[in-house]
Amino acid sequence: MTDSPGIATHCPYCALQCAMTLTDGQVSPREFPTNRGGLCQKGWTSAALLTSPARLTTPLIRRCGVLEPATWDEALDLVATTLGELRAEHGPDSVGVFGGGGLTNEKAYALGKFARVALATSQVDYNGRFCMSSAAAGGTRAFGLDRGMPFPVEDLGKADTILLVGSNPAETMPPFVQHLRRSNLVVVDPRRTATAELATLHLQPAPGTDLALALGLLHVVVADGHLDKDYLAERTTGFDEAWQVVAGWWPERVERVTGVSVADQRVAVQLLADAENAYVLTGRGTEQHASGSDAVSAWINLALSLGLPGTRGSGYGCLTGQGNGQGGREHGQKADQLPGYRKIDDPAARAHVGGVWGVDPDDLPGPGRSAYELLDALGTPTGPKALLVFGSNVVVSAPRSDHVADRLADLDLLVVADLVLSETAALADVVFPVTQWAEESGTMTNLEGRILLRQRAVEPPEGVRSDLDVLRGLAIRLGQPEERFPVEPEDVFTELRRASAGGAADYSGATYDRLASGEALYWPVLGPGSSPRMFLDRFAHPDGLARFIPVDHRGPAEPPDAEYPVQLTTGRVLQHYQSGAQTRNVPELNDAVPEAYVEVHPDTAARAGLAEGALAAVVSRRGRMEARVRCVASMRIDLLFLPFHFAGSGRANLLTNPALDPTSRMPEFKVCAVRLEPA
Amino acid sequence: MRRVVVVGYGMAGARFADEVLRRDPSVALTVLGEERHPAYNRVLLSSVVAGSMTADSVRLHGKDWAADHGVDLRLGVTVTGIDRARRVVLIDGEEEVPYDALVLATGARSWIPPTDGLRKPDGSLAPGVVSFRSMEDCEQIIDAALPGTPVAVLGGGLLGLEAARGLAGRGCLVTVVHPVGHLMERQLDAGAGRVLARSLGELGIEFRLGALAVEYVAGDGLVLDDGSRVPAELVVVSAGVRAATEIASDAGIAVDKGVLVDDALRTDDPRVHAIGDCAQHVGTVSGLVQPAWEQAAVLADRLTGVAPAARYRGTSVVTRLKARDIDLAALGDVHVDLDCPDHEVLCFQDPARGRYAKLVLRDDFVMGAILIGAPDAAAAITQLYDRGLAAPTDRLALLLGRALTPEVASSPADLPASAVMCKCNTVSKGQLVTAYRGGATSVSSLVEATRATTGCGGCKDAVCGLVDWLNRADGRSSGDVGSAA
Repeated sequence: MTDSPGIATHCPYCALQCAMTLTDGQVSPREFPTNRGGLCQKGWTSAALLTSPARLTTPLIRRCGVLEPATWDEALDLVATTLGELRAEHGPDSVGVFGGGGLTNEKAYALGKFARVALATSQVDYNGRFCMSSAAAGGTRAFGLDRGMPFPVEDLGKADTILLVGSNPAETMPPFVQHLRRSNLVVVDPRRTATAELATLHLQPAPGTDLALALGLLHVVVADGHLDKDYLAERTTGFDEAWQVVAGWWPERVERVTGVSVADQRVAVQLLADAENAYVLTGRGTEQHASGSDAVSAWINLALSLGLPGTRGSGYGCLTGQGNGQGGREHGQKADQLPGYRKIDDPAARAHVGGVWGVDPDDLPGPGRSAYELLDALGTPTGPKALLVFGSNVVVSAPRSDHVADRLADLDLLVVADLVLSETAALADVVFPVTQWAEESGTMTNLEGRILLRQRAVEPPEGVRSDLDVLRGLAIRLGQPEERFPVEPEDVFTELRRASAGGAADYSGATYDRLASGEALYWPVLGPGSSPRMFLDRFAHPDGLARFIPVDHRGPAEPPDAEYPVQLTTGRVLQHYQSGAQTRNVPELNDAVPEAYVEVHPDTAARAGLAEGALAAVVSRRGRMEARVRCVASMRIDLLFLPFHFAGSGRANLLTNPALDPTSRMPEFKVCAVRLEPA
Repeated sequence: MRRVVVVGYGMAGARFADEVLRRDPSVALTVLGEERHPAYNRVLLSSVVAGSMTADSVRLHGKDWAADHGVDLRLGVTVTGIDRARRVVLIDGEEEVPYDALVLATGARSWIPPTDGLRKPDGSLAPGVVSFRSMEDCEQIIDAALPGTPVAVLGGGLLGLEAARGLAGRGCLVTVVHPVGHLMERQLDAGAGRVLARSLGELGIEFRLGALAVEYVAGDGLVLDDGSRVPAELVVVSAGVRAATEIASDAGIAVDKGVLVDDALRTDDPRVHAIGDCAQHVGTVSGLVQPAWEQAAVLADRLTGVAPAARYRGTSVVTRLKARDIDLAALGDVHVDLDCPDHEVLCFQDPARGRYAKLVLRDDFVMGAILIGAPDAAAAITQLYDRGLAAPTDRLALLLGRALTPEVASSPADLPASAVMCKCNTVSKGQLVTAYRGGATSVSSLVEATRATTGCGGCKDAVCGLVDWLNRADGRSSGDVGSAA
């Protein structure tokens, strides 16, 4: 391996995309507005995976039930031949594609194009459906466009009050916490998290009741005379319809449903209303519900009632999770989208993208199944018979994961491209070893919609190819002209710019040269400019107004009962990322948190016959998992918490409920009914 | 198509219509309302009196609601009879409205005590006397409630106190006249009643407890049974309500204190149902919104066929006083003595600060509670009660409403070596001390050796403190620390 000394890059993990320098295989933090010179333990140790023995360096093919090394040609030929046969026999939708929010913009774009053009399948979606879909749906219907944070992250540092809902950045993106220090911080979380510990005020609603809390806070805004009527008149529409519902959520009723006292509701609103500058920020905690889109709408309604969005120094934003969770939702790996955040059922969008791709728009498939519905259909008579997975570990990260594993087992062909043998790759028929962050160039769009260029810093190991190379190899074998699937990331980006031109997420003016020069480019980037702060003059709806959306509280899809009397919520720990496929292979991180644990109130543990450190079983209608007991006195007595980064019998998602949000198709990861017992 | 007719367009009737439309928009729904304006949220009337809500903002439905949803809504009509044999409702003595299912949601009326002078000879209320039930009542109260106006509130129950608090907030000189020795006696014990009276007293409200008004003299005030007088230009009567059952009883439907219904919310005529304040379910006429809304949902489940077996099993009642600066919750059975053998009773009293907490437990489950001035405990205990959860063994934390925060170590010396000081990089005190002993004796060199403080930076003070402590232990001066850092 020949290292270039001192290459500026960004962390391979979360959407904060901390700036770092890679020197001789060692990472050091780099000053940047987002991370301000900070790195968490994941960032510091991220180079360990570049030289990890867990790294895959050769394609694998399952022979007689065992994955064995194979040549690239063997593996590509086998996949292309099988896909061709399935398509010929069962039609193009017999092949599914599953992408990821950690893929670069170039890969996400190429993957969507590969699915729609080379495979002509509508069956493409990605793990961002499990992540950002509710925020995207809520943001789009309120503002006409979804950019997670429509303002630079450093604006938060000047706020007087920040309401942070269902997000635990002290563990998920620690350097971000630096932007919260000056403000009165109001944290909404059923658990007393590390972030809640930092808060001026911690509101601790019962799990699955945050929508009711949002309605109640808006009620208090009105009752306490804080409604920004001028802003409502000038910049919004739909308040009256939203109020019809909110009027029924007076604070005492909200207290009874949520457990958040009327007094605390009032203080929270007072802190927001007294602030010169204030922000409402949401995270997965409030979004990953079967009513997640409506919850986001309720929080946006609250922000609108106070006149925050589109006002300099104030606003609403969601905290995107995965590294390219923003860009990943813009460039066409989502079942209902084409590049540039276009709708696939919009004839003008199809015509534009078809033109860029050199195909007849009528040949482009329509919208396909959402992520969980796609996984649920695999191997069934009407579902795909083959699945290609890029940058996702669905048997750990999807809800009801044993069922997902069953579906994968019924496939004729499962193909996984990954850098390590993830739990999903271990089930595959063919595995492609692919490059990771420092071994390839590509762009990432961080949580503020800023496009970042990650330059290749090291040579990839022998035998490893980029995902772009894999897609091209397959496309050519499937009869595509080779120029249609370039391998150079910059060439793909150049095409992406054209494809996105005129769309909501317009990258047409962004170039590798501008990015490499250090220019801060926030999309939309049309021509020489950039858009750090959106909506200051108008929102993206045709009339320029933001929409109040009338939404009501529904509560958890699976309420507790006698058999499953406690509720489970899931989340993250600082040392691990997503399914843990990467971080569990970093010794320093795995030593710190090596196995699943369950946080529980000491009384609840004792009533289940469990002591601190004992091995517990947590059981839901969908499965059973095992975890070490951690007694936490601040937990609600009827709530368990499980981190979801662990494999095998430590998988939290064996238990989670795949009830889907009707709008975003987000599964209800954040609350289900379980029981606790000795393992 | 099934024709469902609802008599009453208050909180129960309007909610029932919403619940039906949500389940099946095609149901032919007729709603008959006595008042002329759209349904409003009665719960919020005390907020209207207090001035924090306007009449407009407490409407339950917009003016286009009926048209938008295809509902046959008739306002300002009086139901004059039900012909159950022909299944028609008679309105205003002339028009017949046929039904397949009839829902009585006629609500309740204020009860006016037989005090001399409150009513005119024709039975209507005398000038200066107003009940506290409808939007018109509210408007009348607000019109009269100018700052400095003496107002008497007849009745120290929940609604009377909410009205009194709102009127005091408007600058009125409010006296509450209550025939029992302490306030809200249905929900509170005497101790709690005293704390509540004291807190409300500090907000300027006066009380005449255990006193009966015997006469109202217009323009002067109330004469009480002890002969004393309470000046009042306005008398707000909040002495309880009576279910409006005449329509039902005239039609021969079984009625007690309310219209009698079973778990299916059926009267003794299976085509006629009753919900809300007019209904009596297992001996209870609730007069509260929560049961009314739960009944509306159950009945909508049944009548739309979404869940034909749905049953209403009663509602656990949590009383919550909606009065600014007073936080009061009461639930369950609180009239249990401290030394009662089969119960565990906890009590905390701090009347000077307006705090009172009483918690009645049986086998760890909450049977009753009164919480005044303890908002966190009120919220937490209500959750235990509503969800049927066993109470935490840490009873003190329960009365405080939150887990006691563990003691924070005042000095680095008190921390165990395993204590993680930098969470972002999982650096323990032990690792920092080891690095220090290895020669990293300044903050900057410790940071380099361990990566502590390089994430969110939140542990910077703690790490500096640790270096300071180690330096002192080693006999280095704090000046060395400053230059090193």
